[in-house]
Amino acid sequence: MSQDPTDLPMVQFLSMEGEVRVPAQWAEYGEYLKNLTEADYLKFYRDMARIRRFDNEATALQRQGQLGLWVPAIGQEGAQIGSGYGVGPNDHIFPSYREHGVALTHGIDLMSILKMLRGVNHGGWNPDETRFHLYAIVLGTQVLHATGYAMGVKFDGKVGTGNKDEDLAVISYMGDGATAEGDVSEAFLFAAVNESPIVFFVQNNQWAISSRSSAQTKVPLYQRGDGFGVPGVRIDGNDVLASYAVTAKHMDDARAGKGPSLIEALTYRIGAHTTSDDPTRYREDEEVEYWKARDPITRFEKFLRRNGVAQDFFDEVEHAGELLSAEIREATFALKNPPIENMFKHVYSEQHPVIDEQLAWLEGYEASFGGEQQ
Amino acid sequence: MSNMVELPIAKAITAGLREAMRKDDKVLMFGEDVAQLGGVFRVTEGLLDEFGKNRIFDSPIAESGIIGTAIGLAMRGYRPVAEIQFDGFIFPAFDQITSQLARLQNRSEGFTKMPVVIRVPYGGGIGAVEHHSESPEAYFAHTPGLRVISPSTPNDAYWMIQQAIESTDPVLFFEPKRRYWQKGMVNLDEAPGGMHQARVVVPGNDVTLVAYGPMMNVALEAAALGAEEGKSIEVIDIRSMSPIDFATIVDSVKKTGRLVVAHEASTFVSISSEIAARVAELAFYHLEAPPIRVGGFDVPYPAAKLEEKFLPDADRILDAIDRVLAF
Ligand SMILES: Cc1ncc(C[n+]2csc(CCOP(=O)(O)OP(=O)(O)O)c2C)c(N)n1
Repeated sequence: MSQDPTDLPMVQFLSMEGEVRVPAQWAEYGEYLKNLTEADYLKFYRDMARIRRFDNEATALQRQGQLGLWVPAIGQEGAQIGSGYGVGPNDHIFPSYREHGVALTHGIDLMSILKMLRGVNHGGWNPDETRFHLYAIVLGTQVLHATGYAMGVKFDGKVGTGNKDEDLAVISYMGDGATAEGDVSEAFLFAAVNESPIVFFVQNNQWAISSRSSAQTKVPLYQRGDGFGVPGVRIDGNDVLASYAVTAKHMDDARAGKGPSLIEALTYRIGAHTTSDDPTRYREDEEVEYWKARDPITRFEKFLRRNGVAQDFFDEVEHAGELLSAEIREATFALKNPPIENMFKHVYSEQHPVIDEQLAWLEGYEASFGGEQQ
Repeated sequence: MSNMVELPIAKAITAGLREAMRKDDKVLMFGEDVAQLGGVFRVTEGLLDEFGKNRIFDSPIAESGIIGTAIGLAMRGYRPVAEIQFDGFIFPAFDQITSQLARLQNRSEGFTKMPVVIRVPYGGGIGAVEHHSESPEAYFAHTPGLRVISPSTPNDAYWMIQQAIESTDPVLFFEPKRRYWQKGMVNLDEAPGGMHQARVVVPGNDVTLVAYGPMMNVALEAAALGAEEGKSIEVIDIRSMSPIDFATIVDSVKKTGRLVVAHEASTFVSISSEIAARVAELAFYHLEAPPIRVGGFDVPYPAAKLEEKFLPDADRILDAIDRVLAF
């Protein structure tokens, strides 16, 4: 049985009852809460609720055969929405494959995620425009890409100029399991020796498919970067305010030229690893229930209610959720299968004889069936 | 009468692994999620209960680490059987496999043996997300020092995994994941031949059709459809992609004069390229038509909604057969 998160040393502002407390030890981070207006609070809640609704709907769509697979992020909304809003308007984000909440905070069309999991394409959004890079399925690979990107930002002189419109930093998401990959250790090292403007955001949801994070690490993950020169901090990942404040501060520091750092967000994967997984084979319901009681959304709801947010608001969010469900169902049903030529597109950026030959052959071959095989 | 049981491929591999672990307590098993969960495809299910956590354990998620430590364990006298969870995740271990595992016996002038087995579920057809449908066998077949095999039936699965574990050389054991639940009879008493021996599965006179692993079902379907049209197609399961049993293929081509080779992997610099080239060298005057290769296109494995068009099906094989016959 895992520990109560409040027993572990970590940045936490929101109590289980939804009260805000800023311990002296974390006062620096607490300063960032002062940036938040009521509109921000409502936005945090709206987005957490929205992404959970999306998640549940996607699971249902997968069960109905509309998606090949679904990768639920339920329970991780606090870590994702909070950190997503802690990332600035010029910053770049390198996600893993479960960062639907972060995607939402940076304007990614949620249908692009569903399209990918339906098997229509492998990604397809423009990372330069969205600053939200493609999902990475091969564990840890994106962490090196993020580091290289951050090295380039520094080479371009976009760090520590003091000009808010110019400076930028990079955030790389990964899971606890992914930290075991050699690529991740190498990324820490490259980031440290180059003093790159990057924040490594580890969502420790305590499980990597069937293995506990204790199988991936002997020291707390927030200390993993220490030996490389990447200092870390642990946060309560189910506290959206801590996630926002700590990310915002670390991104500010990175932009200001203070080098790389690591945030370990302690959270919990409430759902299965993916819809192909059966977690009852390796973990106790009791543990899941324990963490359900620490749900990031209900905790934040308590905070809002304490601060006088009326029922109307929650009704409105509920209603927006229903609309979202209907919208994405309809859009998913309307998704067309990709044409065969898509397979041959963008393999190279310039003309290539093998591609030309094989596409021509396949088109001729398909045509020989007179369209009946389409 | 021999001792026969009906098993799906996945469970035949489990049974073979169990046999190997019972026979030799130096056989160890590890990889991601293999112990408590029994692997994402349940191939190692039940082994933890029978053999305990000193014989089968979950490793951290680090493929280079999995193979690198397998090498060290082999140096120490163990016979590691490492699982790579999916084909697309073998590449972090590519250096350890091709530059280390494959060469240690050579570099030590035979003092160091590398009895390591790497189990890899491979191939497409399961509607998966990216990096879960790759056919990377040619990279390994290209590397001297590695043996590369793939069963296509439960009986082969049961025996070939044991032969792989008994081998003193490193073996890449590619498991046809979309056929895991295909059932067949397993003869528990007698092996169907050596692990590098090709098998003529269906005899025929007009064309030699060579395939392996997950493509065998498709080849057999094509042969059956061809037979309905009066074409006599000899189907060969090579079972081993390195070394390749060319004698069996060449004997067949000498009889039929025509060759079609099919696999899921892209055809450029592939197992079928090698077979076509070798047959041209060894049986040139017997060929009535140029050999044809049928494989995946030379593009990254596509999104699931397109995989049906990427993977060779019986029609695409028959189209090739018609072309070699019409030549
Ligand atoms: C290189 C590589 N090896 C193995 C896998 C298979 N795999 C997919 S997710 C996963 C567990 C990852 O756990 P974690 O990093 O904690 O992230 P979570 O899924 O819990 O969000 C594994 C082993 C992979 N995707 N990439």
